[in-house]
Amino acid sequence: MKLLVPVTRENRIVLGIAFFVGFVGLWGLVTWAGLVPPHFLATPWQTVASGFNLFVAQKFSFDVGMTVWRVVGGFLIAAVIAVPLGIAMGAYKPIEAFFEPFISFARYLPASAFIPLLILWVGIGESQKLTVIFLGCFFQLTLMITMIVSATRRDLVEAAYTLGCTDTGVIRRVLLPGAAPEIAEALRQVLGLGWTYIIVAELIGASSGIGHMITDSQALMATDHIIAGIVVIGLVGLISDLAFKKANQHLFSWSLLR
Amino acid sequence: MSRLSIRNVGKTFPGVQGGQPTQALQPVSLDVADNDFITVLGPSGCGKSTLLRLVAGLETPSTGDILLDGEPVTGPGADRGVVFQSYTLFPWLNVRQNICFGLREKGMPAKQQREISDRFIAQVGLRGFEAHFPKQLSGGMQQRVAIARALANDPKILLLDEPFGALDNQTRVLMQELLLGIWEQAQKTVLFVTHDIDEAIFMASRVVVFTARPGRIKTEVATDFPHPRPYTIKTSPEFMAIKARLTEEIRAEAIAADH
Repeated sequence: MKLLVPVTRENRIVLGIAFFVGFVGLWGLVTWAGLVPPHFLATPWQTVASGFNLFVAQKFSFDVGMTVWRVVGGFLIAAVIAVPLGIAMGAYKPIEAFFEPFISFARYLPASAFIPLLILWVGIGESQKLTVIFLGCFFQLTLMITMIVSATRRDLVEAAYTLGCTDTGVIRRVLLPGAAPEIAEALRQVLGLGWTYIIVAELIGASSGIGHMITDSQALMATDHIIAGIVVIGLVGLISDLAFKKANQHLFSWSLLR
Repeated sequence: MSRLSIRNVGKTFPGVQGGQPTQALQPVSLDVADNDFITVLGPSGCGKSTLLRLVAGLETPSTGDILLDGEPVTGPGADRGVVFQSYTLFPWLNVRQNICFGLREKGMPAKQQREISDRFIAQVGLRGFEAHFPKQLSGGMQQRVAIARALANDPKILLLDEPFGALDNQTRVLMQELLLGIWEQAQKTVLFVTHDIDEAIFMASRVVVFTARPGRIKTEVATDFPHPRPYTIKTSPEFMAIKARLTEEIRAEAIAADH
């Protein structure tokens, strides 16, 4: 291994899969050897079988669908407000000075701590789930976008002015395209954050969703279902992340040039 | 008629964190005639770049006025094209889109943009590189695009802030010849800031020498070599004589700046 030298594509895939194999192998070893009782930790095979059963017999795809729509819905509402606000804050310092202290404060409020309050305010319906995701994503995203836009190269802005741009021209033709790849990257990361909040929101007061299934299974000591649920969350998260990454690479190929 | 008129223009930057204000530029006056090629030569940190940024409208003078064709300069604008020392091509635009940046801002029809960009791409020798992105180009090529981008806007004056300072010596010499060739054809008014004595003499019709900071004009030297100027003049006795003189002037200032 040499410092900072990239690996080939093949090696990257092999190494990435190797960890999964090792992880599942260790898990299998511990459970098949009887080191832990099956009620505490199901075997990998049992988990896969239960997961299959969940989808085929227990309409688990409906739960997954509900969870995905809540995450995506709450995330989109957050993004639609956070992106323009973050750009405005990055571009105009008085706007940043006005919002930044409050948003920095609000960022540290754990979205999950609002769940009891939100249940009182908006009930246990969909709006409660969307609000949790929104709270979890919005402040973080706004601050990230503000930072990205603030970091625009001054010399590019100056070059645009000397080429005849007005302030709006600079925002439209320099700040936005320059920040776009990193904004897309921030959106990808914050979508991942949304996934961590939704399960918490569904653990309390939900009648559908992956988190709801997990709480139900806990009451039945069905650790195989719990683990299958967790694995599905991981997989859905991984797929959405990869899709986002691919889309970003395609849209902003210039930013990958070296 | 004098194109650019700099009258008692000085610049003092406010102190950082309660520190002393810094006087970057003592009041200077300079007139640049139509189609003149002026090089501003001075040691590092003497305020010559500040003067250029003031003319570009990127800084506001603390004293004095800058007039371009009799109109006061109040901010940056398309009538003054700037080539910066740092590479300032827009990385998300290819060579042609970079060159058309100002034209598009003016709302020029696409066909006309294409004709103009074709002409300047050919002039800076980048035919075949129209679709390349800045990161795919060498430093010298990027600065050629930057020159083309500034010229495509058809500015009244071209301002260059040590545009070849980051290039290796061989590339720099070729770039000087390229820019001089363009100037000989296009007849533009040019203000060119550099700390390279050879470059200052080779390019200029007049070399303006700056003192150490806070800068002011120390002396002016006319360099009336005929055009077109081949690189061979750099070894001529006349060139060497001017170089010897300017070397002394700059050396004295560099020593002064060091104490």
